[in-house]
Amino acid sequence: MSPSTPTRRHGARAVALVAGVAAIAILATGCSSSASTDTSTGAAASGSGDKNYAITFLPKNLGNAYFDTSDKGGSKAITEFGGTYAEVGPATAAADAQVSFINTLTQQGVGAIIISADDPTAIGSALNEARAAGTKVVTFDSDTDPQYRDLYINQATADGIAKIEVDLITKQIGDTGEVAILSASANATNQNAWIETMKKELAANHPNVTLVDTVYGNDDDQTSFDKTAALLQSHPNLKGIISPTTVGIAAAARYLQTSQYKGKVALTGLGTPNQMRDYVNDGTVTAFALWNPADLGYLAAFGAKALIDGTITGKEGDKFTAGALGEFTVGKDATVLLGEPFTFTKENIADFNF
Amino acid sequence: MTISAPADSRTGTRVYADYGRPFWMRLLLTREMAVIVALILVIVIASLEVRRFGTTTTLGFLLLDVAPILMIALPMTLVIMMGEIDLSVASTLGLSSVLLGILTQAGWPVPVAIVACLVMGLVAGLINGLLVTVVGLPSLAVTIGTLALYRGIAVGLLGTTAVTSFPAFWTGLAQSKFGSTGIPVAMVLVVALIVVFVALLHFTPFGRGIVAIGFSTETAHFSGVHVNRTKVVAFMLTGLIAALAGIYWTFRYGSARGDNAMGLELSVIAAVLLGGVSIFGGKGAIHGVIAGVLLIGVLQSALRLANVSSDVINIITGALLILSVLSPRFLSWFRSLRFRRATPEKQKQ
Repeated sequence: MSPSTPTRRHGARAVALVAGVAAIAILATGCSSSASTDTSTGAAASGSGDKNYAITFLPKNLGNAYFDTSDKGGSKAITEFGGTYAEVGPATAAADAQVSFINTLTQQGVGAIIISADDPTAIGSALNEARAAGTKVVTFDSDTDPQYRDLYINQATADGIAKIEVDLITKQIGDTGEVAILSASANATNQNAWIETMKKELAANHPNVTLVDTVYGNDDDQTSFDKTAALLQSHPNLKGIISPTTVGIAAAARYLQTSQYKGKVALTGLGTPNQMRDYVNDGTVTAFALWNPADLGYLAAFGAKALIDGTITGKEGDKFTAGALGEFTVGKDATVLLGEPFTFTKENIADFNF
Repeated sequence: MTISAPADSRTGTRVYADYGRPFWMRLLLTREMAVIVALILVIVIASLEVRRFGTTTTLGFLLLDVAPILMIALPMTLVIMMGEIDLSVASTLGLSSVLLGILTQAGWPVPVAIVACLVMGLVAGLINGLLVTVVGLPSLAVTIGTLALYRGIAVGLLGTTAVTSFPAFWTGLAQSKFGSTGIPVAMVLVVALIVVFVALLHFTPFGRGIVAIGFSTETAHFSGVHVNRTKVVAFMLTGLIAALAGIYWTFRYGSARGDNAMGLELSVIAAVLLGGVSIFGGKGAIHGVIAGVLLIGVLQSALRLANVSSDVINIITGALLILSVLSPRFLSWFRSLRFRRATPEKQKQ
């Protein structure tokens, strides 16, 4: 290559590069003005009255059916009280990516950020900066350390989950006989807490139901499937299985569906409608539970409104009304509980897509 | 081909024409200057068009975000200018973050833990360097391997947990800004690194050796450049700076995690290439790389502030990179077209 080549190229290359970047920049700002008409205008001038009802949902990542459902619930609530709804978020779930979005929202001066945290601490200082700038911070689905947010909307408590699982299984087996649990891993903190509570609940209120075994599928589809098969063989009188994990319940349902036990052994637990739809529709599973993410988003939006209005500050005992869901009270650590888990059955499963 | 001969002669005349230009004009027509002009252009347009862009808050957030990319891009420039590549930097960053977390949790004083992390970074770079030079493997293959290896160790050490308790002094240092200027304190470190690397690449025999290796390894070797030694040192520098970035990252987010900065190597390499460093080696300058890093950072920050969705931002950034790599090719094609049209007339005369 002759030494001339680089120099010779530079002139024309420089012009082309600048032209290209300029074109992209103009394109980008063009996008911005169209985008801002429907989303960001409220950020500056605020929605109705003198309150800044510009509320932005920041899920763990975009394109996730669960968050699409919850954010849609939030959008519904915000429309009801006349605020401006927006949703931003990273393409993949990562705390560092969420920080950039929090920073941007701080600059835009939104009224509230409703976030599902990818990390309990990594986004903390960014959230504190947002709050220092007057933005209210509500967490939902996944919390940060309490010091970094104004309110946490909790989907369900361990007690609530354990109780509904026991209720569902005992109802399905006629409150008598043997049941077993298919859990995630042996050291999963939340699973073990639920199992403990289930045992107490069974002992206290269902004397004719015996828990004969607890097996672990490690949240792996194939392992859970095999454990289900083994469980049914070693306990021929088994009448019901509780699987408080979305992986476990789906794998167990898949096994039951094609086996002789279909319709004979009851199965319930925590699952998502999209995973369980076929099994519910063909009768393998009668009912299972999870919270309703749309309600979660709806409540979070009203929680944000109450913070913006100043009706609540996150103090224990504060009360606010969340539209159609009714009145809620702030509990310990600025936490609001959505309520009991939601039961999905053949009748309502078609209404959900996540 | 008939076209090639006159094309060459034309190149010859252009060389003299170019060297006949005054120095400032030649400086203005470099690829680096094009990126700097583009950067200024984007800043001006964003300040005018995007509400709340032209503030010190934006500046602060922007610099905090680009600091780790800027740091790693400096040694990466040396590596790419030699015609090599280091894909393992983000994994080294993650490993450094985890190590810092584990050591401080075990009660080590923070400064000692930092030194341990930096030594780890040097070793990680040394492994890359030795595999490339002594064993003679292509750096692409080596660092794809260590990308997985270092990340694997990092995630393996902490699992899905995170260490989050660090002394407030250190997290404050990584997060705080100089008063109301919006400029992060950490920029002092970044600027110092820039000065060091500008001096290293452009004003030392080591730097000239790197450029020479990039043009031709054989020629460099026979001209007395210690090729292997230079390469190993450059890889050790990327490892060291990646570990340093890992320390900054940990304190900035107050969270040591195995999956920290996943995929950051691509942002770094993209910014270096955008800044005018040739992927084939031999060509590039630090000021272009700095402009490249800032250009991507400013563009992304402005687009986010304008509520452009992340997918569209990714598309725009990607298109910009392809365009910047393609532009020389496209131009030479365009020029040959123009030339082809011009030649018949010349031949008539």
